[in-house]
Amino acid sequence: MKIKTIISAFILCQGFSFLIGEENITVDELLKAIDANLYAKSRVLTSKMIVHGRRTSRTIESRNWIVGIDKSFTEYLSPPREAGTKMLKDGDKLWAYSPQTDRVIQISGHMLRQSVMGSDMSYNDMMEDKPLTDLYEATIERSEMIDGRKHWVLSLNARVTGLSYPKRRAWVDAEYLLPMKEELYAKGGKLLKSTSMDGIKKVQGRWFPTRFIFRDELKRNSKGTEWIIDDIQFDVEIPNSRFSKALLRK
Amino acid sequence: MIKFLTKGLLRDRSRSLFPVLVITLTVAMVVFTIGFMRGTMNSLFLDTAVILTGHEKIVTRAYNEESQLMPNDLALLDVDQLVDELRRDYPGFFWSPRITFAGLLDVPDENGETKAQGPVIAFGIDFLSHGSRQVEIWELERSIVSGKLPKNRNDALISSKLANRLNISAGESVTFIGSTMENAFTTYNFNVSGTFNLRKGQTDKQMMLVDLSGARLALDMDNAASAIFGFTHSLYYDDEAAVTLRDQYNKAESDSLDIFSPFMLALRDGNQMGTMVDVSGAMIAIMGGIFLVVVMVVLWNMGLMNGLRRYGEVGLRLAMGESKGQVYRSMISEAVIIGLFGTIIGTGMGLVLTYYVQEHGIDYTKGMEALSNSSMIMPNIFYAQVTPDLFYIGFIPGVLATVLGTMLAGLAIYKREMAQLFKELET
Repeated sequence: MKIKTIISAFILCQGFSFLIGEENITVDELLKAIDANLYAKSRVLTSKMIVHGRRTSRTIESRNWIVGIDKSFTEYLSPPREAGTKMLKDGDKLWAYSPQTDRVIQISGHMLRQSVMGSDMSYNDMMEDKPLTDLYEATIERSEMIDGRKHWVLSLNARVTGLSYPKRRAWVDAEYLLPMKEELYAKGGKLLKSTSMDGIKKVQGRWFPTRFIFRDELKRNSKGTEWIIDDIQFDVEIPNSRFSKALLRK
Repeated sequence: MIKFLTKGLLRDRSRSLFPVLVITLTVAMVVFTIGFMRGTMNSLFLDTAVILTGHEKIVTRAYNEESQLMPNDLALLDVDQLVDELRRDYPGFFWSPRITFAGLLDVPDENGETKAQGPVIAFGIDFLSHGSRQVEIWELERSIVSGKLPKNRNDALISSKLANRLNISAGESVTFIGSTMENAFTTYNFNVSGTFNLRKGQTDKQMMLVDLSGARLALDMDNAASAIFGFTHSLYYDDEAAVTLRDQYNKAESDSLDIFSPFMLALRDGNQMGTMVDVSGAMIAIMGGIFLVVVMVVLWNMGLMNGLRRYGEVGLRLAMGESKGQVYRSMISEAVIIGLFGTIIGTGMGLVLTYYVQEHGIDYTKGMEALSNSSMIMPNIFYAQVTPDLFYIGFIPGVLATVLGTMLAGLAIYKREMAQLFKELET
C-alpha cells in the first residue's frame, strides 16, 4: 500500500513537472492563452504598414476582413499606386488583384516567399497565420525580467512539416500573455526574422497590441516594418460573399 | 643602287617571284590568324558583355555589393543626366541604361485567370531610342524565331524556351508579377511581340526582353536604372583601356562613403571574367608566338636557300672584282626589298581577309546548337578583329626572318677563297 502510494505520488509529480512557477500555468495553457489573445473567430481591422526602405519609407494603408485561419480579404487603400489592390486568401490559396492590369492572379510557388508590399513580411508569413497550438510544440526555457515585467521564454519546435520557421523563441509577457518579442529560425538554427509588439490595449476583453515590428534578419541593413493597427473589431459577422473571387474586381 | 637592285629582282623572276609569293602568303596568314584569334576571344567576351557586364558597367556601390539579388531599390537615379555626362566625358564608348529584374510571368486564360505561371528574368533594354545599337549587339534580328521586334513600350520578346514552357506565342498578352523599385507589389501587362532564341545554351531559358521605358513603368523606376552599360564603338574589348577608364572614373566620380554613388566596373570585374581575360590574353600570346616562330623558321630557311642557290653568281661577282662586303650588302638589300614588298602585300591581303571576317563572321550555329545543353555563353558566329598591331606584326617574319636567313647564308661569302674561284667556275 505504501509502495502504491509512493508510485502514485511519483506519477503525479511527473504529470505536474511541466507546471510553471507560482502561477501554475502549463505550456499548453500558455500557448492557448496567446492564441486566445491573438486569434478570433473573425476580425475586421484597418491598419497602416510603414515599410522602412534603404532610401525612403512608405506607408501603406489597408483594410482586412478575416474569418478563422482560412479566409482573409485585404484591400489596400493608399498610397495611390497600391490603392485598389486586393488580396484574397482562401485555405492554402492566395489571389491578388491589381487595378493596373485588371487581372486576378494566383500567387504560388517561389512568389510566396517574396515580401508583401516590400515589407519584411512574406506571403508565407500571411498564409501561416495559424494558432501556435496547431503548429508548434513548446517548452519553457526560463523566465526573464524585461522593463520590470516578467516574461516567459518559450522555445517552439514545429510539429508539422513545411513551415517557414520550424523553430521559434518567444518572450511572453506573464500578464498580457502575448509574445512581446519573437525570434524566428530556419531548421538549421539560422535567425530569419525577428518580431516585437507594443502598445498593448484591452480590446473586447483581450489584450491586443496596436503595433507590431517585423525585421527580416536576412536583409542587410533592414530597418524593419511597422504594422500599426488603427482599428480592430473581433468576432464580427462577415458574410461569405466577402471572400469571393468576384469581389476582387469590384 | 636600290633602283638597280629592284630592276634586277624584277628581271630575274626566280629571285623575286617565288620569295615574294611565299612571304606574301605567310604574312597574310600571320595577320589573319592573329586577327581571327583576337576576334574569337572578343566574340566570347562580347556575348558576356552584352548580357551581363558591358565593356564597362556603372552601378551604385550598394547595388554592386548585392548584385546577385538584383536589388533595384539600390538602383541608379537621375540616369538621363548621368548618361549625358558619360557621353560627353567618354565619347569612345556608347552608353545605355539597363534594368535587370526578376519575378513571375503569368499567362491568362480566356477569363483572365491564371493559365500558366513561371519564373522570369527580364532585361529592360533601350531598344526604342533613336540611334540605339541594342538590337544590333543583341543580334536580335537573327535571333527572332517568331513575331517581330518590340515596337512600343509594352512589347516584350520572350525566349522560345520560356514560351514553349508556358505555351505562349507572339501576339498574346502576359502579366509580369514582381516588385517595384520600392519593393512594392506590381503587376504589368506586356504584349508578346515575338519569341527569340539566342542559341547560347541555357542562358535564355527564363529570359524576357522589354524596352527600358516599359520596364520603368512596370517597376516604377522613372529616370532610374539598375546599371548603365558602356561598349566601345568597335565592340572590341581592350582590357588595358577599360581598366584605366574604370580607375579614372571611380577616382573622379565615386565616393566610397556614399553607398548610392556611381561605381564603374570593367568587364574583367565580373564573375571570374578577370581570369578569363588574363588566360585568353596569355593563350593568344603563346599561340601567336609559336605560330610566329614557325613562320619565321620557314622564311629564314627560304632566305638561307636563296643565298646558297646563288653560290655560283656570288663567285662570279667576286671574280669580277666586287668586294665581299659589297656582295654581302647587296644580297641583304635585295632581301630587305623582297621582304618589304612581300610583307606589304601580305599585310594588305591579311587585313582585307580579317576585315571581311570581322564584318561577316564565320557561322558555327549548327555546331553550337549541338552544345545547347552547355551552360557556357558561346558565340555562334566567330568574327575576326582588325587591331592596330596587325598593321606591323607581319614585318617580323616577312622582313626580319628573310633578312636574317640571307645574312646567315651570306656569311659563306666571306669563307670563299679567291684562289679557288676560277677553279670552281671552270667546273
